[in-house]
Amino acid sequence: MAMISAELRASYAFMERNFFLTRRTWAWEVAFLAYSVASALSISLIGVDQGSARLVLSLMVGAIFWNYLSVVFSWIAETIAVERWEGTLEYTMMAPIRRSSRLIGQVSYAMVYGLVHTAVIFIVLGLFFPNLDLSKANAGTAAVFMALGSFSFVGIGILAAILPLLYVERGAQMTFVVQSCLLLISGVYYSTDILPPWMQVLSHLSPATYVLDGVRAGLIKGTPTTELWSDVWPLIVLGVVLIPFGLWAFGRAEHYAKRTGKLKRVG
Amino acid sequence: MTAVPIADLLPKGPPGPEPASPALLIDRVSKSFNVGRSRAPVAAVTDVSMRLERGDIHGVLGANGSGKSTLIRLIAGLLTIDSGRVAVFGHDIERDEMAVKRLINRVSVDAAFFKKLSPMENLVFAARVYGLNVKAAKRDVYAILERLHVGSDRVDRPIEQMSRGMQQKVAIARALLTSPILLLLDEPTTGLDPRSKLDVQDFIEELQATHDTTIVLTTHDLAEAERLCDRITIIDGGRVVAEDTPDGLIAAAAARLGRAATLWDVFMAYTGRSLDDDVDEADVSAQADEEVAKWR
Repeated sequence: MAMISAELRASYAFMERNFFLTRRTWAWEVAFLAYSVASALSISLIGVDQGSARLVLSLMVGAIFWNYLSVVFSWIAETIAVERWEGTLEYTMMAPIRRSSRLIGQVSYAMVYGLVHTAVIFIVLGLFFPNLDLSKANAGTAAVFMALGSFSFVGIGILAAILPLLYVERGAQMTFVVQSCLLLISGVYYSTDILPPWMQVLSHLSPATYVLDGVRAGLIKGTPTTELWSDVWPLIVLGVVLIPFGLWAFGRAEHYAKRTGKLKRVG
Repeated sequence: MTAVPIADLLPKGPPGPEPASPALLIDRVSKSFNVGRSRAPVAAVTDVSMRLERGDIHGVLGANGSGKSTLIRLIAGLLTIDSGRVAVFGHDIERDEMAVKRLINRVSVDAAFFKKLSPMENLVFAARVYGLNVKAAKRDVYAILERLHVGSDRVDRPIEQMSRGMQQKVAIARALLTSPILLLLDEPTTGLDPRSKLDVQDFIEELQATHDTTIVLTTHDLAEAERLCDRITIIDGGRVVAEDTPDGLIAAAAARLGRAATLWDVFMAYTGRSLDDDVDEADVSAQADEEVAKWR
């Protein structure tokens, strides 16, 4: 019990430190949020231009929920890259804490930050489109998919965080490319049916594909979660497989970095 | 300002280790790195052995690239060991990794922090990950920084606004906050101004005297090594080429040269190189030494 308590306190250290960082860079946070809001609005207005309320809602869901998933992904995937840049990576690695505590702290902050960020965008879009018909919306379905999707994305984020451990010079850029590819294949603003066949295969590997399908079905058609099993089980499988696999792979990458001297400061 | 004894400033450390175990045992440790597929691995540290008893300050001298920092990283568990063994107070650093982590801390040549955060924010983070009581740690932060002549008005400002010397003092405070019984100091005074250098050296001496901390100190500053170290190991090309007390090394060099010798002569004799030849920061350091001498 004492050990769990100590590990939770260590996890909290990462949450608090990230909060301090957010607070210190508040001007950039505001600028980033303004950009995200403008981007979501611009995309949603394509639906208005096309005269389709359904399209507006579909694009809004894409913009809002992709924002959430990408924010969660970024915070986790950049765990190593940011510490490497600041030069603190070796100190964090020397601390008497478990790898899982470190990652739980990062993941928890990523989710809280993502939720706040997304809530702001949701409110602004709600104010901008006051006549949007959400009478059929099933908020429970959206919440379930958001939660399931978060855990699946955590697994992918941990795997992406490995890249800066393995590739000192270009790892951070690689995680950005991974994020960009997820945007392309996950049907964020369009149906994955229009993708070339080989991309459709890849789209089945992205948790975002199932999250967006499920949320759209819930908010636009009011479909309950129980009728969306075909989207639920892949998310559960991806979460159950990717998180333990990500933790294992992260441990192996850490050992490799210690063997090859790649924890050393760069930048 | 009234000087507060360091023993009163520092939080209580972890329970004392078994008295029979050396503070640090490095037993025939080697480490090499692959530098390319078609090139042979480069040996950074070869067959290095050292034994430190509790409370020792042990200097490690060597030119740039001699393997000093690699040795520190190996002790810190930041690099895996190819062969040999390192034990801290009887705990093998690979088998008992977590136990060792609780006993040691490190100050490197570059003060690594989240630069946008304040010293207090950075140090509270360190306190939490080492499982310290944050309220008590905050009190300790003020006390340690004050002792190092960092004013309390600097504690809440971003670290990026502080001078290099101030940042290094915060790095030392971070290491001391966790009350390590083995402290790894990797060129802690390189590039510091004379006053800061003196502050840090005084603090290291006081730390040893009052807190019984065992210290491994790498430095390019020979006067600093002579002043602070109980024993000195000289490394060249990743191998130990000499080890003795500063006086023992100087006496041996004097006998060899047939005249009065200094630690500089010792260094030249064993490495065949001048620090000026390969240490960018040596000029800064030498100027600092002159200034320190004036202060005394």
